[in-house]
Amino acid sequence: MKKLRYQPDSLIEVLHSAQGLFGCLNNDLLLYVAHALKLPPSRVYGVATFYHFFTLEPRGRHTCTICMGTACYVKGAGALLAAVEQESGLKDGMSAEDGSLSLTTARCLGSCGLAPAVVYDGEVAGHQGPEDVLNKLKEWEADHGEE
Amino acid sequence: MEKSELEAIADKERRARKPVCVSCCTAAGCLSANGGEVLEGLRAAVPADGADERIEVRAVGCMKLCSRGPLVRTQGPAGGTEKPPDEILYERVAPADTGALIRAAVNNVRAEHPAIDLSQPFFTRQKPIVLENCGRIEPERIESYIEANGYRALHLALREKAPAEVVKEITRSGLRGRGGAGFPAGVKWALVAKSPSERKYVVCNADEGDPGAFMDRSILESDPHRVLEGMAIAAYAVGASQGYIYIRGEYPLAINRLQSAIRTARRLGLLGGRIFDSPFDFNVDLRIGAGAFVCGEETALMASIEGKRGSPSPRPPYPAEHGLWGHSTLINNVETLANVAPILLHGADWFASVGTEKSKGTKVFALAGKIANTGLIEVPMGISLREIVEDIGGGIPGGRVKAVQTGGPSGGCIPAEHLDTPVDYESLASLGSIMGSGGMIVMDESNNMVDVARFFMEFCMDESCGKCIPCRAGTVQMHGLLKKICDGEATADDLALLENLCDMVKHTSLCGLGQTSPNPVLSTLRFFRHEYENLLVAEAIGT
Repeated sequence: MKKLRYQPDSLIEVLHSAQGLFGCLNNDLLLYVAHALKLPPSRVYGVATFYHFFTLEPRGRHTCTICMGTACYVKGAGALLAAVEQESGLKDGMSAEDGSLSLTTARCLGSCGLAPAVVYDGEVAGHQGPEDVLNKLKEWEADHGEE
Repeated sequence: MEKSELEAIADKERRARKPVCVSCCTAAGCLSANGGEVLEGLRAAVPADGADERIEVRAVGCMKLCSRGPLVRTQGPAGGTEKPPDEILYERVAPADTGALIRAAVNNVRAEHPAIDLSQPFFTRQKPIVLENCGRIEPERIESYIEANGYRALHLALREKAPAEVVKEITRSGLRGRGGAGFPAGVKWALVAKSPSERKYVVCNADEGDPGAFMDRSILESDPHRVLEGMAIAAYAVGASQGYIYIRGEYPLAINRLQSAIRTARRLGLLGGRIFDSPFDFNVDLRIGAGAFVCGEETALMASIEGKRGSPSPRPPYPAEHGLWGHSTLINNVETLANVAPILLHGADWFASVGTEKSKGTKVFALAGKIANTGLIEVPMGISLREIVEDIGGGIPGGRVKAVQTGGPSGGCIPAEHLDTPVDYESLASLGSIMGSGGMIVMDESNNMVDVARFFMEFCMDESCGKCIPCRAGTVQMHGLLKKICDGEATADDLALLENLCDMVKHTSLCGLGQTSPNPVLSTLRFFRHEYENLLVAEAIGT
């Protein structure tokens, strides 16, 4: 992975691939990156926490991302978020304690034609209503129950 | 690579075309609506019909009317004409419908499937320059772009024009930056060209952060080579040999297409060393953003390319003097660069003939919100908002337009009574909004404008990088006040305080994010003050 190049200015690229491989960026990983690129750890930590894309905590088994872009917002994304928050007891950006679900919001997926849009585990679904989202969450729960 | 070789590729491509052409949209909008399976279905259905010889299935870019996707267009028998009259655009195609569509196309009849009327204003009122190839060519095949006159402008620039002539041509065309602020592109190019810096860089700003904007993504997904060609021409004009495209991490498909476009262009010698046997070398690398709105600001963007936190720095020095790693840097938006090739091919006068006195050319908008036709549009500058919303957008089904929001979180809301305003940089600014990068969101009577202002303030509050205090603390305070007003707990004093704060943050913030963050509040206050006051009155009665 880091054989690509050891240049300090490739830090963001390296973090991208690290998160892709490990799912999240824990402290050991950040330290390792800092040494490899000959950067101070504070700088690596600063960059990792500055960008929304990077997460320092592990994600749940399933991720539900609600688009809160303007187009989705005026078409009722707020109600979707409220419904999920009420049902799951999670707040935006939190993961369930049993690691089953992470709830996040996005700043526009660029799929405004499908507003309001929700991403379930990387798959975009359009024209969602609160029932659709809750049904999907129940489906996930049921899947887990069978396992 | 010689021009004759380009022509040979184009010729080969043209000869390989089959009489009947079925195109499936493979831009992100349609793909999220299951467009990928539709494409596979179409491909699978062709041999089953025994029509291999006569029919081809193409994976094209965005066909603009995203709300009705996945879109499939059938054309034919083409016989070499550019736009056959019997073009049919089918909407909401499901994988199960593909067999029937292919059969109909082979027999040259209309399938029993809802199709979109191509003579409606949504299509006829547009003027495609930037988007001329979108939905026509195959973005993943460079041959398809070369067939559509691709890389001819680069050849023209390198072999027949001096760098200064290219800059002059762009200046004369009157092209202005499409990222929002509208700085004349020619002036910027001339500044970088004049700089004595030893190394120079060209940066393409594809960090399209405004919520509700997807123009740049669509351009990159549908016609990536157009942007690369524009960058190469810009690099030649200013004397740079390295380019970067800074693209949002949220756009995996566009990143993919760009990577493959860079690879194929390099293989054909259209990027790399000694392009077209001239002494000009040019390489492009991608830099992938990590979700920070402020990185669209040019100094923050450069910090991010260098692998640092995306914090802006004070200007001057401008990037033209002191940019990436201290060298002179040219930063242009995707759409600006996509305009470069046609300007060189057709001439500055042709470009300047479109648009208004001060705003030349066209503008691409991502039309979204409560409107009938959601999608990508390109219109000449100077068209009125009413034409865009009511004719092209088809109005709001069963409702009335209340306001149009342009420019994202830095812009403002334009109320219905000002819909006749022409779309150009100055007119929009006079209404307290901005042209912005091109997000246009239509709202109806059910949308509460105070809540909209609060929504944008929440966005700015989250995205503030925290470097300067007016923005870091000011956005939090303004959001608190707006929330208080929304909850009906505010007094007239709170409103006065909010207005005061807006003024302060606007004039004392370091970068564009802070300076423009009060715009949504100020513009809604200007036109919808009664909504704020109504919420205050309710509180007074309660106490």
